[in-house]
Amino acid sequence: MSLLKFHTSGIYCEQGNFFIDPWVPVDYALITHAHSDHARAGSKKYLCHTYTKPLLQYRLGEGIYETTEWNQPLYINGVKVSFHPAGHIIGSSQIRVEYKGEVWVVSGDYKIENDGISGAFEPITCHHFITESTFGLPIYNWLPQQKIFEEIQQWVMQNHSRQQTSVLIAYSLGKAQRLLPCLQQTGLPIYAHGAVYNIHQTLINSGHTLPMIFPITKETSPKEFAGNIIIAPSSALDSPWIRKFTPYSVGICSGWMQVRGHQRRRNADAGFALSDHCDWKGLLQAINATRAEQVYVTHGFQSVFSRYLNEQNIQASEVITNYGNEEDETASIV
Amino acid sequence: MVMKKTKQHQSYDMKHFAQLIWQLGTSTKTNAKIDALANYFAEAKQKDISWLIALFTGRRPKRTISAAHLQQWCIELTQHPRWLFDECYHTVGDLAETIALLLPPPEGESTQSSLADILASLKLVSTQNDEAKKQFILQHWQSMNTRERFVFNKLITGGFRIGISQKTMVNALAKFTQLDPAIIAHRISGQWDPSTTTPEQLLNEEIQQTDISKPYPFYLAYAIEGMPEHPDEWMAEWKWDGIRGQLIKRNRQFYVWSRGEELMTEKFPEYNALAEKLPDGTVLDGEIIPSIEQTPLSFNLLQTRIGRKNLTKKQLQEVPVTFFAFDLLEWQGQDIRTTPLAERRRILSSLIHSLNEPALILSKEVPFQSWQQLEQVRMHSRDNGAEGLMIKRLSSTYQTGRKKGDWWKWKIDPLVIDAVMIYAQKGHGRRSNLYTDYTFAVRSDDQLITFTKAYSGLTDQEIAQVDAFVKKNSLEKFGPVRTVKPELVFEIAFEGIAESKRHKSGVALRFPRINRWRKDKTVDDINTLEDLKKMLEQFG
Ligand SMILES: [Zn+2]
Ligand SMILES: [Zn+2]
Repeated sequence: MSLLKFHTSGIYCEQGNFFIDPWVPVDYALITHAHSDHARAGSKKYLCHTYTKPLLQYRLGEGIYETTEWNQPLYINGVKVSFHPAGHIIGSSQIRVEYKGEVWVVSGDYKIENDGISGAFEPITCHHFITESTFGLPIYNWLPQQKIFEEIQQWVMQNHSRQQTSVLIAYSLGKAQRLLPCLQQTGLPIYAHGAVYNIHQTLINSGHTLPMIFPITKETSPKEFAGNIIIAPSSALDSPWIRKFTPYSVGICSGWMQVRGHQRRRNADAGFALSDHCDWKGLLQAINATRAEQVYVTHGFQSVFSRYLNEQNIQASEVITNYGNEEDETASIV
Repeated sequence: MVMKKTKQHQSYDMKHFAQLIWQLGTSTKTNAKIDALANYFAEAKQKDISWLIALFTGRRPKRTISAAHLQQWCIELTQHPRWLFDECYHTVGDLAETIALLLPPPEGESTQSSLADILASLKLVSTQNDEAKKQFILQHWQSMNTRERFVFNKLITGGFRIGISQKTMVNALAKFTQLDPAIIAHRISGQWDPSTTTPEQLLNEEIQQTDISKPYPFYLAYAIEGMPEHPDEWMAEWKWDGIRGQLIKRNRQFYVWSRGEELMTEKFPEYNALAEKLPDGTVLDGEIIPSIEQTPLSFNLLQTRIGRKNLTKKQLQEVPVTFFAFDLLEWQGQDIRTTPLAERRRILSSLIHSLNEPALILSKEVPFQSWQQLEQVRMHSRDNGAEGLMIKRLSSTYQTGRKKGDWWKWKIDPLVIDAVMIYAQKGHGRRSNLYTDYTFAVRSDDQLITFTKAYSGLTDQEIAQVDAFVKKNSLEKFGPVRTVKPELVFEIAFEGIAESKRHKSGVALRFPRINRWRKDKTVDDINTLEDLKKMLEQFG
């Protein structure tokens, strides 16, 4: 009998009687990270990384949130559980589960490049590895973060010289914070959509140090942000909200921007392939490092990616889950 | 001197061209595109400018290396299995881009070649064997980054429709040269070879006139917005459903041009007799129509005929074409476009009469006393094989492009619009395996805006063709919906139009359906959001 099972409600550990990232309310939910496709409201009790707790409180409301640090094993009904950095967003963790010598790792979402704010991804040896495959095609190859940051800075300064406001579209949790050190270097003031600002405040109130940003409210005068920087979630793109920044230029920060067609269909003036997920090579590198006997491939290009792994003599199977569909990672249809 | 003296940067090479193409392909604002182009004109080498103009006006270089070879060499280089390559291609939707994204990072010196250099060496390599071609490609790939590779691959695979319409190109040239867009449009039309023509030669008036094949820019009409006063100052004729074209005879040479700016002389051997008989210095405007005994046949028959590589005797017999002439633009070597229409038609009529050639007829005038009476006649358009009427002011000059005021089209069913398919979904029941439900878009600046769904009014055979296209060209999946390459143009007919806040386009249509597949049109020819808004004003 296998230690973790793909249950209709999520990934389930029968021995420990807990779920990992369930998509319906359960008694005990272990949460890899605070993105909405992994952390859902209504469970009786949660266990997450310390950094994730305030985000869950903000997004899911009050409840019972137990916390843990990285690399500190705890036991649930005899099952050894530990959290390890996943490098995806602040607080994001891989969850390692061990019982009677059998080791499973649920990686949640992850990337192996150290972005400076999410904690460096830690490879963990295991027997069974559950991986995402959001960008599991070889067309997805990221440039180093520094290079993309330089491109973004150039673009922002070019807009500034034309007195255009730079509207950067980024997921409010994760990408928005990741961009701040890059944007701060331009010396221009940074404004934020309410969704971005609220996450920012939540993080600051729980002790994180982040560059300063200003909220955009009804009172904010267009003179203030003209030629400067605005960070907004993708939902702002098609809304009337964005129009008050005219003249502006839109730059989308997402791995999907690697492909021209996506960028065009989103009506962006610029696209920056900056992702909080692994690229193709990153996925392969991470999987190889686990030395897992069996790999389970979830959200993304699971059928392609698992077929490829099998051809490379890595036993893999695809698993259909409800993950994926983070706001910034789905190109919206009209 | 038309072109401003340019500072020719030695370093203005493929990198800048790739940069420009990227900007054009991603920018959403027409003005930004025009600026980017004008900057390029000011900085780039003359030869590169000629090629740029050529590429964006449909003059692609001859294909010297097959797409299949590019694909094969990319697979060899990356060592990916073929199925994985196919999956990538399926996701990206563009072969040139797929290859550019898959290739390993560049090594060594980056490319110093200019656009013209690369096109010249491509031409040279065309005569060499596959191994030499392969070395040529691999060397270039190695010296280029992803964007440069994409453009390089596009130059080889053709289909260089990236981000801008011909109109945008014309406006950018107009901005740069300070010439009227109409003049530019005319000068860059016709046959010219970018490898031997400098921008100066192309755009300079005196040198320019030596090109004898050049058609005039077509005068296009808008849908009528209300009947004008003084019906006696107007004439009416049938609006034919064919291919708009110009017949040109100059220096004993004969040319047939379509409105899509394609030289189609070879496609219509019926007109050979005219090549002999038309006097030199004559340009006729009219409609290329499949017809027998002056009675038009279905337009679809013509499309099928044109699609064929080689014309068979059978086709010539079954679908013969006639030229229904309605205007005379050049006569005895003189451009007479500013002569009033009534006079132009008078000369045209006597010319056609004297030639007495069955392949050339005068598009008949439809006499009328009042608009009410004409409206009655218009009801019988279909019986006459026409799709409505054209109303033209007798004193009108022959203008350039789509202009209001002097020419109007008055179609029987005014509510049709040409749109491009951008999403497809599978049908139900019998057709649950086929993509039969489509979403269509019109243009707004350089964006595509969806405005309606329509179920297929197509034949089973056409549905199968569209289905195959969708399967081959889908870019993304959203549940059951596929995003497809915006390429197939359809005429959408509908019964009514109303304002709608729910739709991105701001309009909702009543009983939209596909009238027919416009294989003769490209995504550049579709209607605009503004056209829809006008319909809303008029019929909403
Ligand atoms: Zn996530
Ligand atoms: Zn996720």
